[in-house]
Amino acid sequence: MNAHLQPTGSAYFIAKETQVAESHTLSVLVDNEPGVLARVIGLFSGRGYNIESLTVSETEHEAHLSRITIVTRGTPSVLEQIKSQLERIVPVHRVVDLTVRAKVLGQERPIEREVALVKVTGSGEMRAETLRLADAFHAKVVDATTDHFIFEITGKSSKVDQFVAIMKPLGLSEVCRTGIAAMNRGPQGM
Amino acid sequence: MSGTENQMTGAEIVLQALKDNGVEHIFGYPGGAVLPIYDEIFQQDDIEHILVRHEQGAGHMAEGYARSTGKVGVMLVTSGPGATNAVTPLQDALMDSIPLVCLTGQVPTTLIGSDAFQECDTVGITRPCTKHNWLVKDVNDLARIIHEAFRIAQSGRPGPVVVDIPKDVQFATGTYTPPSAAPIQKSYQPKLTGDANQIAAAVSLMRSARRPVIYSGGGVVNSGPEASRLLRELVEITGFPITSTLMGLGAYPASGKNWLGMLGMHGSYEANMAMHDCDVMVCIGARFDDRITGRLNAFSPNSKKIHIDIDPSSINKNVRVDVPILGDVGAILEDMVRQWRAAAKDYDKAVQADWWTSIARWRARNSFAYKASDDVIMPQYAIQRLYELTKDRDTYITTEVGQHQMWAAQFYGFEQPNRWMTSGGLGTMGYGFPAAIGVQVAHRDSLVIDIAGDASIQMCIQEMSCAVQYNLPVKIFILNNQYMGMVRQWQQLLHGNRLSNSYTEAMPDFVKLAEAYGGVGIACDKPGDLDGAIQEMIDVKRPVIFDCRVANLANCFPMIPSGKAHNEMLLPDEATDEAVANAIDAKGRQLV
Repeated sequence: MNAHLQPTGSAYFIAKETQVAESHTLSVLVDNEPGVLARVIGLFSGRGYNIESLTVSETEHEAHLSRITIVTRGTPSVLEQIKSQLERIVPVHRVVDLTVRAKVLGQERPIEREVALVKVTGSGEMRAETLRLADAFHAKVVDATTDHFIFEITGKSSKVDQFVAIMKPLGLSEVCRTGIAAMNRGPQGM
Repeated sequence: MSGTENQMTGAEIVLQALKDNGVEHIFGYPGGAVLPIYDEIFQQDDIEHILVRHEQGAGHMAEGYARSTGKVGVMLVTSGPGATNAVTPLQDALMDSIPLVCLTGQVPTTLIGSDAFQECDTVGITRPCTKHNWLVKDVNDLARIIHEAFRIAQSGRPGPVVVDIPKDVQFATGTYTPPSAAPIQKSYQPKLTGDANQIAAAVSLMRSARRPVIYSGGGVVNSGPEASRLLRELVEITGFPITSTLMGLGAYPASGKNWLGMLGMHGSYEANMAMHDCDVMVCIGARFDDRITGRLNAFSPNSKKIHIDIDPSSINKNVRVDVPILGDVGAILEDMVRQWRAAAKDYDKAVQADWWTSIARWRARNSFAYKASDDVIMPQYAIQRLYELTKDRDTYITTEVGQHQMWAAQFYGFEQPNRWMTSGGLGTMGYGFPAAIGVQVAHRDSLVIDIAGDASIQMCIQEMSCAVQYNLPVKIFILNNQYMGMVRQWQQLLHGNRLSNSYTEAMPDFVKLAEAYGGVGIACDKPGDLDGAIQEMIDVKRPVIFDCRVANLANCFPMIPSGKAHNEMLLPDEATDEAVANAIDAKGRQLV
């Protein structure tokens, strides 16, 4: 139809994607050295992979190891390729696809938690309603004046999403989320 | 170990570390940020420095040196433009798995990030085009990092690495750690031995095959001469037919009876048909590149696939395989040959009889055929004559990129590994001539020929000056058709024969050019004069530019057109003007 808009040809072959994209959580154990995060992120941008969430922090100070938790989206073959490509990075020790691992262990998902700070401003009756709802979500008040609250909420991303959505009409002014921390259930280590 | 004996400046550490890693030659170009290292080079005789004319040349020379010797190639460049000019060879080496250590100067640590003169973010720029890279901020880390650079460049899947050394670190004094005492990064431990059960599964699958084919690649060459010997042994004991990628030519001899020729877009009909119709495919050190597979969903549809590779990310990347074996090709082939000999004592090669009959039928199509001419030199004929006149010598061949490269791959018979240097993955025009210089540096008495195109050769022609300076008698054999032939071929196929910018209207006089540089120029445009002219080129012990004027409009066949499968090749006898114009249908034209 739009034949005139199509490129007239090329030296490449492109196959249609038939697989369905899934969201997976990867745990990446790396040497804590300068530039390691750039290598990991550069791989994602350079090869066109998506990052939905990213968390990174030193976890074993003595061994100079950091743990990077990445939530990424792709077809099963792309996810497999992401894992293999991450393993090629020299300072990367291990890559575990926690989502795949959970399935192997007969679990639905790995444990995935997120912390968010949520600032809500307002006065009058709204404040009582805000506090009631925060209580229902087990959100803690970490700062307050007569004009605002800052809540700290921990939970699955979906719970945080829901809390943020509920706070919107009540005077939501600012949100900061940590991204996901995750590990598999059960006694086995990574 | 302790005391002052191991105290050196950073520049001294660089030279000591290079020597301790067995380096004899480095290719480089000086500049402000590497002057301390150049000062050390001046004061020693163990390492010979080859002064190039452009940093890209240094990189390709190091690649040719590495590819022809199996050693690590080393280049040294300055900060800023020196480093950015090195990017093309780094990416080239990354894609073709060539071990390369590139040392770059950097502005002093105190100036990094200040947009200082000749500053660039070298580790940032080279991160995606190296296997790994380092910015050395402390002189006491320098020796360890250089040793690690050599280990990472040559182990596992080989590749390029960059060590970026700020000028103050070159001046600073620190402790030198020899390679044996330097700690290694534990996260990098490539797996070399293949899983015995997977190898057993592969052998069992190979035994059951009726229509087997071995598809080997550059990984066999990279694994070392023993891997090529084992590949030949495997072919001998199994009786399987074998084809190879562009990068793998020479691992199995072109004169071998099981040889099908190169496969892929411009590979032989028999190789591609065998790949399409086989029931068991044994991929050894190759990576299912898009020039090899053609249309993926029609790639070898009825075969079980075995894939031997040292890089886990190569497995299942483009093509799903049934039996992946992770590890070094040489180590795995050794186990495979042993297991085959133990398990297949009663193996009867006669089960492949029908298969070989089919192969004979495909071979009879003579897919590399071309129309001979008495008036003009056909490019294929030129390569054939070059082969005949050089095959009994100690010859190394490099190429640039384009039609001449494919003709060289089709018509030059390689009997040994490490004799063929070409830019496969990146397709870098300008690669062949500097690569040939690198080969000649390593093999001073050998005949080294760069088979070139008239367009490609002009991309790194400045290195003539380098070849002349070091008395490196490299031969440049230009198939001169006045076009960027491969570009023109695609324009004929895809763009209605509109030859946009693929004709070179102002061609230099290559004979005069050679003479201007202090080399020898030879021109030839008659088939009858060709042998004599080639012989003259061989006999001259100086750099030669051979301007071989060939038929202008010859095209490279056979060919798998875009969007087609292996069994839909366009053969030379069918490639009429009309067939070429219609080779790629409307659907193929829409492919991006």
